Formats: sequence, C-alpha cells, structure tokens
Amino acid sequence: MAESTTPAPGSPDQFTPLHSEREIHALTRPSLSYWQDAWVRLKSNTRALISLYLVLGLLAFTVIGPMIWTVDPSAQDVDQVSRPPGADRAARVVEPYKPWDGSVAVVDGERLQLADTPTNQAVRLIWPAAPGAESYWIYRNILPVDENSAKGLPLIELFGNGTTHFEDRLDLAPRIYYYTLVALDGTGVPVHRETLAVDVKRVVTVEEAVGRGLADSAEDLLVSDVVHLALHPLGTDYLGRDMLARLMHGARVSLFIGIFAPLLYVLVGVIYGSAAGFVGGQTDQAMMRFADFVVALPFLLFMILFKIAFGIGPGESGVMPMLVAMVVLLWPSTSRLVRGQILQIREEGYISASRLLGARAGYLILRHMIPNTMGVILVTVTFAIPSAIFTEAFLSFIGMGVAPPTPSWGSMCNDGIKTMLTTPHELIFPALLISITVLAFNLLGDGMRDALDARMRSTE
Amino acid sequence: MLRYTLKRLFQGLITVWFIATATFFAMHNVPGDPLANDKAATEEIRANLEAKYGLDKPLVQQYLIYMGNILRGDFGISFTQKNRRVNDIIAEHFPISAILGILAVVFAGLGGVLWGALTALYRNRLPDIIIMFLVILGISVPSFVVAAISQLALVNLNDAVNFSLLPVAGWGTVWHMLVPSLVLGLGTMAYLTRLMRSSMLEIVNSDYIRTAKAKGLPPTRIFANHQMRNAILPVVTVLGPSIAAITTGGFVVELVFAIPGLGRYFVQAVQQLDYTVIMGTTVFYGAFLVFMVIVVDLLYGWIDPRVRLE
Repeated sequence: MAESTTPAPGSPDQFTPLHSEREIHALTRPSLSYWQDAWVRLKSNTRALISLYLVLGLLAFTVIGPMIWTVDPSAQDVDQVSRPPGADRAARVVEPYKPWDGSVAVVDGERLQLADTPTNQAVRLIWPAAPGAESYWIYRNILPVDENSAKGLPLIELFGNGTTHFEDRLDLAPRIYYYTLVALDGTGVPVHRETLAVDVKRVVTVEEAVGRGLADSAEDLLVSDVVHLALHPLGTDYLGRDMLARLMHGARVSLFIGIFAPLLYVLVGVIYGSAAGFVGGQTDQAMMRFADFVVALPFLLFMILFKIAFGIGPGESGVMPMLVAMVVLLWPSTSRLVRGQILQIREEGYISASRLLGARAGYLILRHMIPNTMGVILVTVTFAIPSAIFTEAFLSFIGMGVAPPTPSWGSMCNDGIKTMLTTPHELIFPALLISITVLAFNLLGDGMRDALDARMRSTE
Repeated sequence: MLRYTLKRLFQGLITVWFIATATFFAMHNVPGDPLANDKAATEEIRANLEAKYGLDKPLVQQYLIYMGNILRGDFGISFTQKNRRVNDIIAEHFPISAILGILAVVFAGLGGVLWGALTALYRNRLPDIIIMFLVILGISVPSFVVAAISQLALVNLNDAVNFSLLPVAGWGTVWHMLVPSLVLGLGTMAYLTRLMRSSMLEIVNSDYIRTAKAKGLPPTRIFANHQMRNAILPVVTVLGPSIAAITTGGFVVELVFAIPGLGRYFVQAVQQLDYTVIMGTTVFYGAFLVFMVIVVDLLYGWIDPRVRLE
C-alpha cells in the first residue's frame, strides 16, 4: 500500500513550491502624512492640547458670547457704577421724593441721628443743638473716620444754632457713609464733634423702575416691593457699562488684530521672501537689503507715528490703521525666514526633477516650496499672535490704540488702572483675559513647533 | 572690522534720516492742529503764530529747515510747554529713562543668565518647574499689569508695616528705582531665562563638554567655564532687541509709576499733539535704538570671533 502513495526519493513530486509570505514585510500601520503626524504629536502634548481648547474657548467667547449675552457694551447703567461682580442688586420701591422741613416724629434728642431710613434718595440727619455753637459743618466720608483721620467731603456749613437738621442728597450710592458733625463756636473753635455710620439702602420710585425696564408696568408695583436691578455678572465699569459685554466686544478687537495682523503680515512675508529666494542673485540682494532696512525701524515708535498720521475720524474705532501699520512694519522677519527655507529647498533633488518635467516657476513655488515651508510658517504665525495682542494692548493702554467708545482689553486696563485701589475688578478681568490669551497662544506655539518642525524642536 | 563698522554706521544714518523724514511727513498729515485751541483767537493772531513757528512756508521749505536744524542738533521749542526747548526736555528727562533702562537691562541680563543656568542644572526637577512656570507667567502678563499689581502690593506692604518701606511712585532715591526697573526688566528676564536654558541644554551634549568630563575636570568648573560661558553667547544677540523692548516698555512703566522720564513726556506729547516734541523725541529715540542695535552687533562680533562679520 505504501508503495503507491510515497513517491520515490528525489522525484519532483516530493517538492511543493513555497509561498512567499509577503504580509510579514507589509507595514503594520497605515503611513501618516506630514500633517497627520503633526496632529498625532500635538495630541500627545497635554499642555498644547489644553491651550488649543483655551484658544477655542476664547474664540467662542468672542464670537458666540455676544449672541448669548446681548447687553449693549456702551449702554450705561447709572444705578450701578463701578459695581464689583456679585453686588447686591435688590432695590425697594418707594414713593417719589418729598421735600423735608426738618420735622421728625420721634427724637430722643441725645446724639447725631437719622430722622428717617437712609436711602439713596436722601439721608436725613438730625442732632440736638450744641451749647455755645454758632455754626455747624457736616462732612461725609466713605472711609471710617476717627479723631485724627480726614472728615471727608464737606457737605454744608449751617450758620446759627437754629438749624439742627440736614438732608444729604448728593450723589448717594448704596454703601456705608460716615457722616461727621462739627459744631463751631463764634471764633471758629470746635466745641463738639460726632461721627455717625450710615448704611444707605437702595430704593427706586415706581416711575424710575418702569423707566429703566425693571418692571413691566406701574400697576404691578407696590410701594415696599423689592425689584432687582439689571444683572451684571462681572460687574460694571466706572461709567456703569457692563463688564462682561465689554470684555466680549473688546475680545473682538484684541483677537481680530491679534489674529488677522499676523496672518496678513506673514502672508506678505511669505510672498516677498519666496520671490526673493526663488529669483536669487542681485534681485534677492536688493530685496533683502530693503527688508533689513524695514527691520531696523523702531517698531513701536512707527506704530505710534502711523496712528497719529492716520487720524481717527468720529465713529471710527482705529482698528484699521493699527492693522495696516503692523502689516507694513512686521513682514520682514517672516520674509527672511521663508527666503532661507526657499534657498535650501531650491537645491533639493525633487525640485530639479520637477523642473526637468517642465514645471514652471509658479508651480514650483506653490506646489513644492511653500507646502514644504508651511510648518515653519504656521509656527511663526502662532508665535506672532501673542505678540500682536501684546502690541494692541500696549498701544491701547497708552491711549494710542482704539478710540474710546470701542472697548479693547488694553483700553479697559487703562481705564481700570485708575481706580485699581477701590474697584480692582475693572483692571483684573481684562488683564486676566490678556494674560490667558497670550499664555494659551504661547503654549500652543511651543506645541506646534515641536509637532511641525523637527529642526526647531525645543530641548525640553 | 573697521570697514564693517563704518558700513553699519552709514546704514544706521540712512535709517535715522528715514525716521526723521517719516516723522516730519507723518506730523504734517495729522488732522489736528496745535493752534486750533484758544490760542489763535483771530486770523491775525493765527497768521502771526504760524509765521513764528514757520507753519506758513511751503512744505518742502519747512522740511529743509527742519532737517537743517536737526543736523545742527536743534529740535526746536515745545508748542505746549512755554519756552521750553525740546533739547532741554530730552537733556533733562532722558537720563532718568536711561538709568531706569540700564537697571532693567542689568536685572534682566543677570536674572536671565542666573535663572536659565539654574533651570538647566535642575532640569525637570522642582526648581526648574517652578522657575519655568514663573517664566511663562512673565512672558504672558503685560508689563502694565505687572506694574499695577506690584504697585498694589507695595501699597499693601507699606500699610502692613505701617511705615513707608518702599515708595509706591515717583523718582528721586535708589529706593524709587528698585521696583520700576525690576518690573521693566521682567519680561526680558523671562525671555532670556528661556533662551539661556535651551542654550545650556544644547551645550551639555557637545563634544567639548564630553572632553572636559573625560579630562576629569570638576563639575563646577565644567559648568562655569565651559557650559555657562558658551551658553551666554546667544543671550548677547538678543540684547539689541531687548534694549528696544525695554526702552518702549519704559513708556508704560514711567506712566504707571509717575516717573518723570522721557517716555512719559513722549506719550504726553503725542496726546497733546505737541509737534516739535514728538518729532524731536521720535528722532532721538529712533537714533538711540538704531545705534544701540549696531553697538550690540559689534559687541557680539568682538565677544565671539566665530561670528563672521560680512
């Protein structure tokens, strides 16, 4: 039986052809393009990824924010000026103001005291006549007053000893005031001094409440009802404008300049630099000499000059002159970088190959040279954004930036710094936003550089 | 070297000439008018004032007069500050800005080199992480915010000790200079720290460090003599742009700390459209910055002979 199935040794039947196992040599994962690779690198960089989300968040804040929070950034809320976030918004409805003749229902006659509930309509003070007094002075301070400290704003001087009451209606805000009464004798020597702390309550009349849109109609409101003033989540500035709305609209200016100025001047730089690098020779030398000249111009001085020379007409924001000035002055550094890259790439084999196949200059630049320098260009743009935001903030801060009604983070800082000691929120919010934005773009730039450009990869 | 120096100086002069010309024409393009206030009440007064300041002459002639005056070093008389020559304003207030700027550069340079070396030495350990965090903050927070916050801190500090430990604003003593110059130099210091760190880390892997180690040199000597000395070179190159940054940054710091430096006068003049002061200070600042960059470049060639000066 065996002889029929087993072939004879050495016969061709003993051999079967071996299948080549190609799969072993095949790539185990799909090849990645340059951009896919860069994205994978960026994704693995936590810091850069967080910054990317922050940047997206800021863009949403700028673009979508004003659609959700539709408060007019230049509308003034006269009831709430320089209010920090989370301030008490309750206001009691009262009857309209009625003049006061100094009469009061109950008085114990011992001290300086209030004749009525103190409201932001009026604070009514009454006091017993001091023996030997010829005149009285009333002062008001927003800080606690003791024997040695300043008495504050002098409100009135009352002559004679007859009038022992005073009504203060001067620009009252719902807060604690310290009223000081000084009685002087005939020679001007103080004979009596007393200080009273008054916690002023906020009130509105029915008419005011309806006029300011706090209630729909006068019928709904009764005296001693409580209404709430308009909500300002981040408080108001020194003119009673909503901080959140201003920050959102300010972000438009700051981010518009911060993003478009770098995009534009990098574009100009890319065109100029690639033209110079591609043409080469004398033209290149002359073009680069000009770029060197522009680089040598002191940037901020010229920004300011530009700003003055352009002038801002009524109703203009002054954003455009700033944009133009940045583009005119800042393109050379990118053009130098791109020129260097193009000079390198020009000598590469694939350029010669493409040339051999009949490619023209425009095709070579657009198809081969610029895509190959794209990584470097993107990194430049990312790093240019924070410095453009800085420049805008700097110029607006010294009053050379956008014109007043238009908010920008820099000009908001400039407004806020004046009242930094009493209402720090006016400075803190815009300053914080500038810092976060610059930080996010800087970290994103670091991440992009590591992901896109192997040569510039940082040693961290 | 001499040829190179002369060439650079010549280029610098052309740049300054351009700055002067641009300033002149920019000023004449301004929509405002320094005589628009109450000064020129009648046409007669106006004509007299224009004649006095030479504003009635054709533009080309005004330009020639202006350039001739600049060449003689005369920047004219201020429009808004009575009888004050621009030269006097510069002579009086620039030294203050210069002291502030020099102190800031010293702080930034020393601080940057020191912190940068320290972070490289403690790479990826706690001191490195803390310093680099502060550096990123220093790069991201604008100088006017730092100035405001430090002023706030000073107020609270003086309140806490109930005694004026450090002045909050103004100028006069060494104590006045301390905080403003630190604030002014902070951004540059942060930038230099970063640069120094990466340049230190690059050098660690170089051949000559390996040779030094192989020779058996003590680590401190390698660190100080080989690593630091070579790592400082790239830091010197950015000193030129840093001086520009510190000079213009001075505008803000002088404004916030109420320091009577030239920067504050420049900003004021711009806001008041004081033609002659703007032109004078711009040309002055421009020339200063252009020549500082040239000096730094020459200095760099002298420190590091490997740099080919073409």
